[in-house]
Amino acid sequence: MKKQKKYFKSPYLKGNEEYLHNEFSKKVPLDGLFEGDKNLSSTATSRRDFLKFLGFSTAAAVLSSCEAPVRKSIPYLNKPEEIIPGNPNYYASSCFEENVFSSLLVKTREGRPISLKSNDKYSFLQGGLNSRTYASVLSLYDSSRLKKIKDKDGNFLNNIDKKVIDKLSLTNNQGKQIVLVSPTVISPTTKKTIALLSKKYNNLNVVYCDPISKSGILDANKDCFGERFIPTYHFEKSNVIVSFGADFLAEWLDSGHAKQYSKKRNPGRDMSKHYQFESLLSLTGSNADKRVPLNPDENLKYILYLLGEIQELGGYEKSVNLELDKHQDLIKNIANELWSNKGKSLVISGSNNKSEQVIINKINYLLENYEKTINTSIKSNLFSSNDSDLEKLHKDVSVGKVGAIITNDYNLAYYHPKFKELLESNKINFKLAICQYIDETASLMDYMIPKSHYLESWGDFNPYNGVYTLQQPTINPLFSTRQSEEMFLAWSGENISYYDYLKKSYESENNIKWNTALRDGVLFVNQSAKKYKFSIKRNSIQKNVDNCIKLLNDKKDFLCLYTKPSMGTGLQSNNPWLQELPDPISKTTWDNYLTVSPSYAKELDLKNWLVADGALNGDVVDLTFNQKVYRLPVYVQPGQAHGTFGISFGYGRTKAGKVGNNIGINAFKLYENNQLVQKGNFSVNKVSDLEHEFACTQVSHTMMGRKIVKETTLGEYLKDPEAGNEAMKFASYKGDVSPSELNLYEEHTPSMHLWNMSIDLNKCNGCGACIIACHAENNVPVVGKQEIRNNRDMHWLRLDRYYSSDMNKDLAAEQNTGAIEMYAEMEVPSSAENLEVVFQPVMCQHCNQAPCENVCPVAATTHSNEGLNQMTYNRCIGTRYCLNNCPYKVRRFNWFNYKDNDNFDYHMNDDLGKMVLNPDVTVRARGVMEKCSMCIQNIQKSKLDAKKEGRKVRDGEIDCACETACDTGAIVFGDMLDKSSRIVKEKEDPRAYVLLEEYNTKPSVFYKTKVRNKKI
Amino acid sequence: MLRAKNLIYLFLIFLLTSLFSFSQIIEGNPENGKTLFGNNCTACHYSGPEEMRKIGPGLHSHLLEKYTEDWLIKWIRNAPALTASGDPIAIEASQYDPSQMQSFTYLSDSDIKDILAYVEQDPTDFEKSSGTVDEVALTSDDSSSLSSTKELDLTTIITIIVILSGALIFLIFINNALRKGLNIQEGFLKGIKRLLFMSTTIKFLIVVFHVGIVVLLVLGWQSLSKIGIRQNYQPDQPIEFSHKIHAGMNNIDCNYCHQSARHGKHAGIPSVNVCMNCHETIYEGTNSGTEEIQKIYDAVCWDPDLRQYITDTDECQPKAIEWIQIHSLPDLSYFNHSQHVVAGGIECQDCHGEIEEMDVVYQKEKLTMGWCIECHRNTDINLDNAYYHLYDDLLEKHDVENLKVEHIGGLECAKCHY
Repeated sequence: MKKQKKYFKSPYLKGNEEYLHNEFSKKVPLDGLFEGDKNLSSTATSRRDFLKFLGFSTAAAVLSSCEAPVRKSIPYLNKPEEIIPGNPNYYASSCFEENVFSSLLVKTREGRPISLKSNDKYSFLQGGLNSRTYASVLSLYDSSRLKKIKDKDGNFLNNIDKKVIDKLSLTNNQGKQIVLVSPTVISPTTKKTIALLSKKYNNLNVVYCDPISKSGILDANKDCFGERFIPTYHFEKSNVIVSFGADFLAEWLDSGHAKQYSKKRNPGRDMSKHYQFESLLSLTGSNADKRVPLNPDENLKYILYLLGEIQELGGYEKSVNLELDKHQDLIKNIANELWSNKGKSLVISGSNNKSEQVIINKINYLLENYEKTINTSIKSNLFSSNDSDLEKLHKDVSVGKVGAIITNDYNLAYYHPKFKELLESNKINFKLAICQYIDETASLMDYMIPKSHYLESWGDFNPYNGVYTLQQPTINPLFSTRQSEEMFLAWSGENISYYDYLKKSYESENNIKWNTALRDGVLFVNQSAKKYKFSIKRNSIQKNVDNCIKLLNDKKDFLCLYTKPSMGTGLQSNNPWLQELPDPISKTTWDNYLTVSPSYAKELDLKNWLVADGALNGDVVDLTFNQKVYRLPVYVQPGQAHGTFGISFGYGRTKAGKVGNNIGINAFKLYENNQLVQKGNFSVNKVSDLEHEFACTQVSHTMMGRKIVKETTLGEYLKDPEAGNEAMKFASYKGDVSPSELNLYEEHTPSMHLWNMSIDLNKCNGCGACIIACHAENNVPVVGKQEIRNNRDMHWLRLDRYYSSDMNKDLAAEQNTGAIEMYAEMEVPSSAENLEVVFQPVMCQHCNQAPCENVCPVAATTHSNEGLNQMTYNRCIGTRYCLNNCPYKVRRFNWFNYKDNDNFDYHMNDDLGKMVLNPDVTVRARGVMEKCSMCIQNIQKSKLDAKKEGRKVRDGEIDCACETACDTGAIVFGDMLDKSSRIVKEKEDPRAYVLLEEYNTKPSVFYKTKVRNKKI
Repeated sequence: MLRAKNLIYLFLIFLLTSLFSFSQIIEGNPENGKTLFGNNCTACHYSGPEEMRKIGPGLHSHLLEKYTEDWLIKWIRNAPALTASGDPIAIEASQYDPSQMQSFTYLSDSDIKDILAYVEQDPTDFEKSSGTVDEVALTSDDSSSLSSTKELDLTTIITIIVILSGALIFLIFINNALRKGLNIQEGFLKGIKRLLFMSTTIKFLIVVFHVGIVVLLVLGWQSLSKIGIRQNYQPDQPIEFSHKIHAGMNNIDCNYCHQSARHGKHAGIPSVNVCMNCHETIYEGTNSGTEEIQKIYDAVCWDPDLRQYITDTDECQPKAIEWIQIHSLPDLSYFNHSQHVVAGGIECQDCHGEIEEMDVVYQKEKLTMGWCIECHRNTDINLDNAYYHLYDDLLEKHDVENLKVEHIGGLECAKCHY
């Protein structure tokens, strides 16, 4: 966090005035441009010399431009059969990072992976990719990766296998522990290699860790079912979903939940009803039908109360008797609703407290949800850590029982900061890191061995019981790296490559066709489905209830830790795409911060304010946690529960690489006892005279009474499907008419196709995977924090988030509120209790009467006969008239050359980072306008495929990056002239509307009204 | 000198062959034999002295000295069977090379006799008599005549421009003089007189000055408008590969080497393994002997004597052949070969010129945007393609008789620029 102390001449100047004077004097980042030539400013260049230089250089430029450069064309010596230069190849693979599993298709061009999408062959649990997985292809080309084996003195080595074997044998013979610290392993063959290792070194102790522990659920299930496991959940089968703080659409347990959830979110009688009780405003809470902000203690209390109610409904004796201050009726109603949907409901909690999870299990058991919406026979293997293992390891190291430690791509010192000291000390003789970066952990080790990226590795995964997938490399290792398994095999004395080992173990055991399985990426092996019986003694439930009650004390402040969908646990901190992906709720990039509710902020005198150029600034606080002080900015978050603070994980990396270093603070330092909620052990104090500069892509909160996102309730929708989407009429000489009847322009007639896109606001949950997919497909540059702050973000697709406001025009008329006062109140989001959130992806709307086309002086933006608004970069002279005339504000101007520019030191200024660029899309230069093209390159490709094969373009064939990336199916793209297409049906839906219809721009993109499952 | 020597050699060869021809006389049609030889034998044999080894020995009249005609017919028809039958001559012959001669059971006796008749004749004699001497067409004059026509074009243009501009200057000059004359008090006649009696040197200098300026302007305009246009660009390639020999004389289909033209964006320069498909056995070229083909072998580390790849990397490192790109479009425009070749159905020559006539390839067309657009305006769409069947109202919609590329958006920016 870069902070500058600011002094003011007079206290009155503090605030906007200072900026008002400097509104247009923002410094252009030209620092360093002339640094190479320090003498430049001191030399006396006469006017004559200058003219001479000018003359020579002009002449030289003219002469050199006359001769075309010689371009070489170098063919393969021996061309692989499957590669046709210019055509992409797809390979099925799998990825398991940060406890998120995805089966994916890797798109490669001339041997370079350039983008990912989900693998259709894998339909299990409807799993999809999240934004981090989409972005992981860029991490492959990270120039900060460790390229060669390195020791602590900074020497590069070629091979240390022999040394490692010697050291490990020595440690083993000394009778000391060899510890292998690894993230959860879901690969059966990796486990086999580890077993080989432990066979050779019998003192090997393997410790599996998860950065964010799910021990609570695992241990609760051990108590309830007799085995430590996580079941799989079925949101698509649940009519009623009650979540207590579980952010299941983004981060909780499995990335496939969002897709399941969306299946039950089509407005209609079988639409699911979703209640969310939570402290912070999460992505899941934003999508809930009813969201109740509660502090964590209240949350627990409500769970206990719900248990009591359910027990009462079932005719059992209540385990707990307590009264709630408010919402008692609401919980009673929920209990009734759950009871009447027995076997078709889900109650979940995001806590890592075992007792709380036992109670949740009991509720689900009473609701007969097991084997219906919660499947115990298909266990999820994605989390396996046991909090006590790490505790034990810490103790063992402290007392010197551990002779050697190997971290297998696990950033121990960052995720569990208490290990940092131990690793720094000389308590362990031999310290080895298998790592991709010289990260916080690796830098403390004796040796750092570079590990291959998953796109360079072989592997197999068993994410759920009975489900097996394969991973194959799509590129040769870029550096001298190996995958961990190769090392395990070498160190255990096996003379076999991991590929052979993997292939052999499958061919011998499962009698499968290797090549077919590899092509599909998926092989299902049905294991005997073992079901677990819920068996826990009544008094044991009572004990857990009592444990929970003990937790409820009258401590006031809570610190809640959460993960952002963009950053997760910080594994990919050095990925500029992810740093620049705005948080779905706060819309903040490149930062973490302390969130606090508006009411509590007022109490503590903390605030955010807008400076004159429209950027957001905020107060800075000192957070004292266990006698340590952390300084961080405050973000006032509407919808958060009073008395709570929130900090996200994934920031505060010090050794992530050139992009991710020193951004925010490390919340893992506050993650005491693996509990996401900390209470009573911290204090927050405002630091006066300091302010923090945020970089937000959206700073306005509400829609100011306009119908940008149209919304209705299920009750209204069932009465009238057009509810909330009433036709817009203008008074005219013809009477009341729709805007399209008042038209001055000649209409475009489409010739062969009319491309349209539909966005269902009921299915869009705001996750932001589409933004990353768009980045990858369209070579969108990363601009950095300062430029985002200057409103120069380059996202072709943005996700707008709006909060509801308590004020509206009807209410103002009723209360006789004046217009100025009304608008002032409209700017303020609703109180936490009533707050509702909507998301809206906005890209170029491809207007058929486009305001931008009319004002371009050089016809650089024109209309195609397929209904697209085309942007021709080589014609654009950068007047920016189009940008100013666009009512949707979707055009982006290239203020700088983002490529080969060291002022934008992200990925487009080095050869490695450029390998991710899509060769079919121009890399735009400075001074031109750019915007969403509807992935015209893929439209053209699919049309060409159809022409070559002599058929029509198939519906759904065209790969629009955002549509493909959208797991929930919110985005549908297609041809309106193809009467059988999905898009035609979408357009006929009474919920369909176009954005800002009153402008009559006739967009090709249309939206579908959001429907919340509420009566009124 | 050289020619006389050649003649003597020829005479000697003629004498020798006529001598040998006494030993065995093959009745057959050498004309047909040549075709059959070309179709069946050239993969393994040269026609020439025995030492000219390809896979099998060179074939010439010596064959008929060594073997009887009957035996040869049996051997050629089915060498493996003959060897298997235990024929001692066949067994000896089969030990020439580890790769066995294949069977040609489809050849009739007369076919084989024709081949033998062709082989028996001296190839050079034969070609002379039948009048198809390919080498004549292959002299390097061809390319120079090509460039001279190009030069001619340029000089004519310049001359015409110079004459025209001279005339223009002259007229302007007269005009000026007349005006001056009219304006000058002395009257029109005196003005003319003044002009006429100016010193000739000055007159000459004035004319030269004006003509010079015009020529400079014209040349400047011409050269400026050529920037980035590489019409007639004909760089020297690292290997003197001749399309004329491959595509023209040997009739190799363009797609054999540039197969990705039908599948992808790039036509693709063939990888060296494609060259080796043929050049594993053809190690001598028509134009340059072994010199140029050796460059392929150097690139892939092929030893033509041992007929195998050199696997020892210390001895030979495979290296890429760096061809020089002739036709290149700027990065900002997207061009797809398969679009034009498969969907559009146009011939390679439409854009690349008569490639099969070129020894050294040059860029025939301008490859400017105007050139693209012009073609898109004039090219008909093939409405037989089922892609267009959905849209039966296209002709009415555009009110045309023939649908051109421009009607389906062929002139729109984002069809090529994105």
